Amino acid sequence: MALAVAWRVLHNVYTTPALLIPGILFPLFFFTAFAGGLSRVSNIPGFDFPPGYTAFQFVFVLLQSAAFNGVFTGFGVARDFEYGFARRLMLAAPNRTGLLAGYAIAAVGRWAITATILTLVAVTAGMNVGGNGVDLFGLYALAVIVNLAGTLWATGVALRIRTMQAGPVMQMPVFLTLFFAPVYVPLGLLKGWLHAVASVNPATALLEAGRSLIAGDPAHVTLAFGAALGLGAAFLLWAFRGLKSAERSL
Amino acid sequence: MRAQHGIEAEGLVRTFKGDIRAVDGIDLAVQPGEIYGFLGPNGAGKSTTVHILTTLLPPSAGHARVAGFDVENEGPAVRRSIGAALQEAALDPILTGREHLRLQCALHGISRRERKVRAAELLERVGLTLAADRKVKGYSGGMKRRLDLALALAHRPTILFLDEPTTGLDPQSRSALWLEVARLAREEGVTVFLTTQYLEEADALADRIGIIDHGRIVAEGTTEDLKAEIDLPTVEAIPADGTDSAAVARILERFGERTDGSPKGVSVRLAHGIDDLAEIVRALDAEGARVADLHLHAPSLDDVFLAKTGRSLEGAQEEADAEAPEE
Amino acid sequence: MNALAIQVGQIAQRSVVRTLRQPASAIPPFIFPTALLAVTSAGLTSATRLRGFPSDSFLAFFLAFPFIQGALFATMNAGTDLARDIQTGFLNRLSLTPMRGSALIIGHLAGVVTMGFLQACFYLTVGLVAGVSIASGALGVLVILGLATLIAFAFGALGAFFALRTGSGEAVQGLFPLLFVGLFLSSMNLPRNLIQTDWFRIVATFNPVSYLIEGVRSLIIVGWDPEALALGFGFALLIAALSISASVWALQRRLTRT
Repeated sequence: MALAVAWRVLHNVYTTPALLIPGILFPLFFFTAFAGGLSRVSNIPGFDFPPGYTAFQFVFVLLQSAAFNGVFTGFGVARDFEYGFARRLMLAAPNRTGLLAGYAIAAVGRWAITATILTLVAVTAGMNVGGNGVDLFGLYALAVIVNLAGTLWATGVALRIRTMQAGPVMQMPVFLTLFFAPVYVPLGLLKGWLHAVASVNPATALLEAGRSLIAGDPAHVTLAFGAALGLGAAFLLWAFRGLKSAERSL
Repeated sequence: MRAQHGIEAEGLVRTFKGDIRAVDGIDLAVQPGEIYGFLGPNGAGKSTTVHILTTLLPPSAGHARVAGFDVENEGPAVRRSIGAALQEAALDPILTGREHLRLQCALHGISRRERKVRAAELLERVGLTLAADRKVKGYSGGMKRRLDLALALAHRPTILFLDEPTTGLDPQSRSALWLEVARLAREEGVTVFLTTQYLEEADALADRIGIIDHGRIVAEGTTEDLKAEIDLPTVEAIPADGTDSAAVARILERFGERTDGSPKGVSVRLAHGIDDLAEIVRALDAEGARVADLHLHAPSLDDVFLAKTGRSLEGAQEEADAEAPEE
Repeated sequence: MNALAIQVGQIAQRSVVRTLRQPASAIPPFIFPTALLAVTSAGLTSATRLRGFPSDSFLAFFLAFPFIQGALFATMNAGTDLARDIQTGFLNRLSLTPMRGSALIIGHLAGVVTMGFLQACFYLTVGLVAGVSIASGALGVLVILGLATLIAFAFGALGAFFALRTGSGEAVQGLFPLLFVGLFLSSMNLPRNLIQTDWFRIVATFNPVSYLIEGVRSLIIVGWDPEALALGFGFALLIAALSISASVWALQRRLTRT
C-alpha cells in the first residue's frame, strides 16, 4: 500500500512540471540570492565559519528545501482530499497507516532530486566542504528527518482541513520556524528579539549542527538529532490523529 | 415600446484558425417583437453567431444589422440597443446581486438615483429581492441565470440575446425563465434571439425557429410549418405481457428506422408516413404479436433535424461532444 | 460627470471592494513583507558593521524592501482578478456595455494604486513605530508614498498585461517566481558596492529593481540624493510606460468587439 501510494505521488510530481519545478527552483534561487548576494556578510567581525559563506548558506537551503518539499507533499494530500481521491484511497486501504508511510516515502523521493541538484550546484560554485563522509552522511540524514517531520506536519494539517485552503496553514509555521533562526549569520551575531527567539527555536539546533558537520567540526549533533527526531515523533502523532479525524469524515 | 428594427444577417461567415468555419453563410431575418429560436447541437455555430450579432466578434464575411445598426461599423450603437445573457452566467462571485446591477446601470450611463430604483425594480421582477445583498457565490444556478437576465435588461434594450439560458437548470427554474421571456416579448415588445439545444424550449417559446447545423441554417419557419414539411410520424408499440418485444421490434423495423423514444416498448419512425399504420396492424396480427398499446406521434423537431441533416439531434450532440477538442 | 470618469470610478470601486472582500488575498501583501522586514533586519543587524555600510540601522536600510515586495503581491492579486474576469466571461459582459477599454485598464489600475498606497502607508508606519527616522523629513515621506504608489502602478500594469495577454490566472501566478527572482537579484540586502560576488553585483547593477529600491532607500537613510531619486523615478516611469503600452496593446487584441 505504502509503495503504491508513494509511486503515485512521485509519478504525478515527475510528470507534472508545475509540481516538480518549484520544489527545485526555489531552493536554488534562495541559495543563489543568499550565498551570492550576501557573501560579504562573512566579513562581519565575529563571523567565524572556516568553509565560507557558501557552505554556511548551503546548510540552511538544504534544510529549508527538505522542510518545504515535505510541505509540498502535504499540498498533494490536501489536493487529493479536495478532488475526492483521498477518500477512494482510504476506503481501499487495508491499513491506513500505509497511506502515511506512502506519503512520507514520496516526500523523501521527491526531495532527493532537489537535494542532488542543490548539492551539484553548490559544489560547482566552489563550495568548501570541511567534513568527511560520516559528517556529510550525518548532514543529509538530519535533512531527511527534517523532510519527514515537514511531511508529517503538513499531512496532519491536510488530514484535518481536507481542502487546498490548508496551504497557508501548512506553510506559515514552517516558514516562520526556519526564518526565526540564524539564517544569515551565526547565533552569536544575532541581537535583540531575534536572538531570544532563535535561542529556543529547535531549527537553530538543526542549523548549527548541520553547519558544524559540513565544516568537519561536529558540535551539538546529538542535540540536533534529538530535536529532529522529537519533532518527527510529535508530528507523527499529529498525523495519526489527523488520520483518525479524516476517517471519521468518511 | 416596440422596436422598429429587428435582426438581419446576410451571408454571415466566421472562420477560426485551422480553416474552421464555425459560421458558414447564415442568412436570417428576425422581426421586431418576435421570439426567434436558434436550435442546434453543441458546436453547430449558435454561440458564434450570437457573438457576431452582439458585436463581440467581427464576421469574417457577410453583413448583419441589429436594431438597424451595422454590427461591424456601428458596434457601440448596437450595444446600446441590445442586452445579452451569454452561455456562461459571467458573474463576479464576490459582488452581490444588487452591486452587479448598479455596476451595469452605471456603465450604461444611468444616473445614480435611477440606478437604485432600476436595480430594485429588476431584482423584484426576477425574484431576487431577498437575495439581493448576498454575494453571488452563494446563489444557486437558477438564481444566477435570473440575475444574468436582469443584468441584460438593465438599460431597457429593445433586443435581447439569450444563449442557452436554461442549460443546467431544474424544471421549475426553466419554466420561470420561459414565462419571463414570453412576457418580455408579449408585453414589452422585446425582440428575443434565443439559442438552445432543447427541442421543448424551442417548441414552447419560439415564434419561429432556425435549425443550425455545421454553421448553416438547414431549416427555418414556425414549428408547425417545419413539422408539417416532414410527414414522418413515429409509431410506438408496447408489447402485451407474454409477447416477445424482439418480435414486435422486428415487425416494426420493416416500416422504418427504430428510435429511442419508447422506454417500455418499441418506437419506429415511419419511412412512408401515416399510410403504413394499417399495414403495421395487419403485420402484427398476422404474426400473432399482441400489443398492449399502439400510439401514433406527430413529427418532432428532432424528426425535422433528422430529415434535414440525416441524423437526430441527440446523435448530433454525441458527435459534437466526441469531436470537441480537449481542453 | 464625464462618462469616462464614471466608468473608471466604477471599475476602480469594484477592484477595491473585491480585494477587501478576499482577506486571503488582501492581507498577505501587508503581512508577508512586514514579516520579512522584521526577520531580515533582525537577522542582518550586524551587517551594519561592514566597512562602508551606509547606515547604522539595518532596519532603516531594509525598509525600502517591503514597498517593492508589496507591489509584487498587489500585482499578482490584481492580475489574477483580471484574468479571472476573462476566464469567467465577465469581461464579455463589460464589453457589451459602453465601457471604454481605457476605462477598464485605468479603473483596474486605480484599484491597484489604492491598495499600493495603503500598503505604503502601513510599511512606513511600521518603520516609524520601530524607530526608523526618515532622513528626508516630512516632505520625504510624501515623496516615498508617491514613488511607492508609482511603483505599484508600474507593476500593476505589468500584471494587467500578462492577464490580458494570457487570459489565464495560472499564467499570471507563474509570473511570481520571475518577479521574486528579480527582487532578490538586486541591492535589496546589501548596497551594490558591498556585493562581493561579481556576477551577482553585475546582475544587480543591470536590474531596474535595484534602482527602485535605492530610490526609496535614499529618502530614508540619506535624505535628498538627486541621482538616486532620478534613477528611482526614472525606472519606475519607464516600467510604467512600457507596461501600460503593452497592456493597451493586449487589451486591443483581447477585446475583439467591433
